[in-house]
Amino acid sequence: MSTTHIARPAAGLPRPYHFPEFLRRRIAGGLDVITAPVRKLPLVSVVALVDAGAMRDPAGREGLAVLTAKMLLEGTRERDGAALADAFERLGATVDVSAGWDAAALHLTVLRGNADAAMRLLSEVVRDPGFRERDLARLKAERVAQRMQMRTEPRELADESFERFLYDSTSRYARPDAGSARTVNALTHDDVLNFYHAHYVPARTTLIIVGDLDHEAGATMAEETFGGWAGSPGAPSAAPTRAAAPERRVQIVAKTDAPQSELRIGHVGVPRSHPDHFPLVVMNAVLGGLFTSRINLNLRERHGYAYGARSAFEWRRGMGPFVVSTAVESGVTADATREVVAEIEAFRKAPITDEELSLATSYLEGIFPIRYETTAAIASALTALVTYDLPADYFDTYRRKIAAVSSGDVLRVANEHLHPEQLLILAVGDPAVIEAPLARLKLGTIAVAPAEEIEPGT
Amino acid sequence: MQIPIETFRLDNGLLVTISEDHTAPIVGVNLWYHVGSANERPGRTGFAHLFEHMLFQGSADVASNEHFELIQRAGGTLNGSTWLDRTNYYEVIPSNQTELVLWLEANRMGHLLPAMTQEKLDTQRDVVKNERRWSVDNQPYGTWWERLPALCFPDGHPFHHSLIGSMEDLSQASLDDIATFFRTYYTPDNAVLSIAGDVDPSEVRAWVAQYFGPIPRGREMPNRPPMNVAPLFGSWLREVVPDDVALPRLFLAFRSPVFGSDGYYAASVCGAVLGLRSGSRLYRRLVREREVAAEAAAFTYDLPEGSDLLVLDVTARPGVSGEALHEAVAGEVDAVLAEGVTEAEVSRAAALIETELVTALQSAGDRADRLSMFATYFGKPELLNQQLVRYQQITASDVNAFIRERLGENNRASLLYIPRPDGERVEEMGETEAAAS
Repeated sequence: MSTTHIARPAAGLPRPYHFPEFLRRRIAGGLDVITAPVRKLPLVSVVALVDAGAMRDPAGREGLAVLTAKMLLEGTRERDGAALADAFERLGATVDVSAGWDAAALHLTVLRGNADAAMRLLSEVVRDPGFRERDLARLKAERVAQRMQMRTEPRELADESFERFLYDSTSRYARPDAGSARTVNALTHDDVLNFYHAHYVPARTTLIIVGDLDHEAGATMAEETFGGWAGSPGAPSAAPTRAAAPERRVQIVAKTDAPQSELRIGHVGVPRSHPDHFPLVVMNAVLGGLFTSRINLNLRERHGYAYGARSAFEWRRGMGPFVVSTAVESGVTADATREVVAEIEAFRKAPITDEELSLATSYLEGIFPIRYETTAAIASALTALVTYDLPADYFDTYRRKIAAVSSGDVLRVANEHLHPEQLLILAVGDPAVIEAPLARLKLGTIAVAPAEEIEPGT
Repeated sequence: MQIPIETFRLDNGLLVTISEDHTAPIVGVNLWYHVGSANERPGRTGFAHLFEHMLFQGSADVASNEHFELIQRAGGTLNGSTWLDRTNYYEVIPSNQTELVLWLEANRMGHLLPAMTQEKLDTQRDVVKNERRWSVDNQPYGTWWERLPALCFPDGHPFHHSLIGSMEDLSQASLDDIATFFRTYYTPDNAVLSIAGDVDPSEVRAWVAQYFGPIPRGREMPNRPPMNVAPLFGSWLREVVPDDVALPRLFLAFRSPVFGSDGYYAASVCGAVLGLRSGSRLYRRLVREREVAAEAAAFTYDLPEGSDLLVLDVTARPGVSGEALHEAVAGEVDAVLAEGVTEAEVSRAAALIETELVTALQSAGDRADRLSMFATYFGKPELLNQQLVRYQQITASDVNAFIRERLGENNRASLLYIPRPDGERVEEMGETEAAAS
């Protein structure tokens, strides 16, 4: 075999990239419309974004926001769910609904030629829902099915258990965004109707139109389909978020005979609006955000404990969690835990190297355009702008702000926002195998809960 | 929808496709090797995939983990994947980093073995065993990945055995196996390189010739096991799996015409009529009307040799037994077999497929992947530009011909998961049903 080793090629000159130019305006009735022309292919993506996420759930009615959002695609007054699905799909339109903590959204993608017709349907869905009793009963039963599935699905069980034990029991984040079987079963047709009327109004809605049409055509389309929509918002409610007792502790959720432990290690993080956002993004990339991050290289490439490991701040309006997630062979659960805790502790003691900093910042700058290749991805990015009230120049200044982060900034935010002494260490796994080794780490109190306890009252 | 495609072949057999598009400074590079789990020898299940992991462990001029680091530092993303009949490696990068990526791919195609060590193999073996635990063993229904092909292809057929591999076989893999597999399958004449996005084709041609040109052709004879099977199962194959799951779930498979054939497009449209999105037949009938299912979908494996599979995937609602689920799904198949599908159903499916095809062409990585697929399977990357027309030509009578031929009782395979009947979970289901109604 030939072994003529050729020197590594250097990068060429970068070509400029700009996030698609967008315009924001308010049309009659108070609805905000954002248009972003993207003329590459004959496609249009639309998001109808409503400030009606799970944080708006009235106390005791957890799951109402998500259920209301899902009911929108189950039919309008004119068409039942099957006829509505058929009408969209004959246009080749894909329409989906999502609802998280901070917003509900309908996502539509369609070929340009069918965009006007699909938008008329979307308007019908948002403005004139059917809310049939039978569909409500069916969606509630589907949520119960999901809850049953979750108990046998270790990853979801771990994600949800982590938040349940992390936040104080009065905090909304301690309970699942889509509600438990008990709270969802108790929801009524009136609950859905009242929630809809209070939140699905022009003043709380933004229409985002991205794709193969110019600003004027987008605005005209919005006015023709959503013009004249009226409604006045109810009083906004915001559920409390509070951490449980912030001391380091170990919580096992029992899954007998599990060959792997799903580990979640972390603590309460900071809101999306925190001024340290950019240094935290860079910090997290080095700690556990990238494949080449410290935690992944340690657990996967150095020890072979896991298929992968990552850390993340969950960005929300409230204080979402900071969490390290991995799945490790049961026998090395305590070893992997020790390594993760040590990596978090080490991060606060010494600045990251110049190599680590430049790897993270050049990665984050470089992948920025790659994130926005599709009309749907651009529309989703614009939803974050609205939901988290980011400045209009957010996308234009993103790479500059990432590049400006120094290793001193990273050390400072690590000391301010990483709290190794407050870690919740949660493992979904087999107590017979993992409890004693975890106890020997002496990280704090250790408790074991049966998986059934995660969904009381089912 | 047509995208520009140019194709050329190096003297060493490497097939190269380029698709130029300057709408964003992004490039997708996608390298397919025509080898997958089908080429594994007995006692080495999972080896093709373990080998894929080893390709990220460095090469003669790239240190361990440096491959990841170089591409992430360049501002790009990367990964690899292993399938029954192919393995691919791909990057999406800022366009000014294209040459670096081509150099990296060429370095591991030409000079992998000097970087292979026992220690790296042992670590990746542990990583893959954890991947198996994560995706198969500790995941409800996770074993369907290996049970369905095992049920649908006879013992000894190249698609019969597990892609992720057994723990025992993974433990057996040696450095010698790595060297042999590399020399046999990771050769330029067994690969396709696709580059899509913001590139100057003449510049790319020069880089490809410079970096890949010196790599010699393969000398070992690749193991190309025969793939042929009968077009029909011949009977109704059934397997019931009691497992640690909360709800019954049925995979109902049919042998179907191979990917790329005329019959494939009819089968694919049939799958969309039955299970693509909430306007599909199965969703409308089983989820909305009869309320026996919580979810319903359909998909094809897209296998170009032997036989493809069309699969219906339906999960029960709480309180619906595995037997009742099976009967309900089979009933819908019987109905479509007796009555056929309508033009309206076919045009709904075709409209969704058209949007899906155009949507996928937005990203450079997807373009490069699809070019590599058509080039690897058929030697013709330009088939990508014909997909829309192939789908648009399908009529209800084509779909009904497929249905008559393939959806009968002599061509069904049922893989049914049911909650393990050890008391507790079954009782909970009963209670939940009572609470929900």
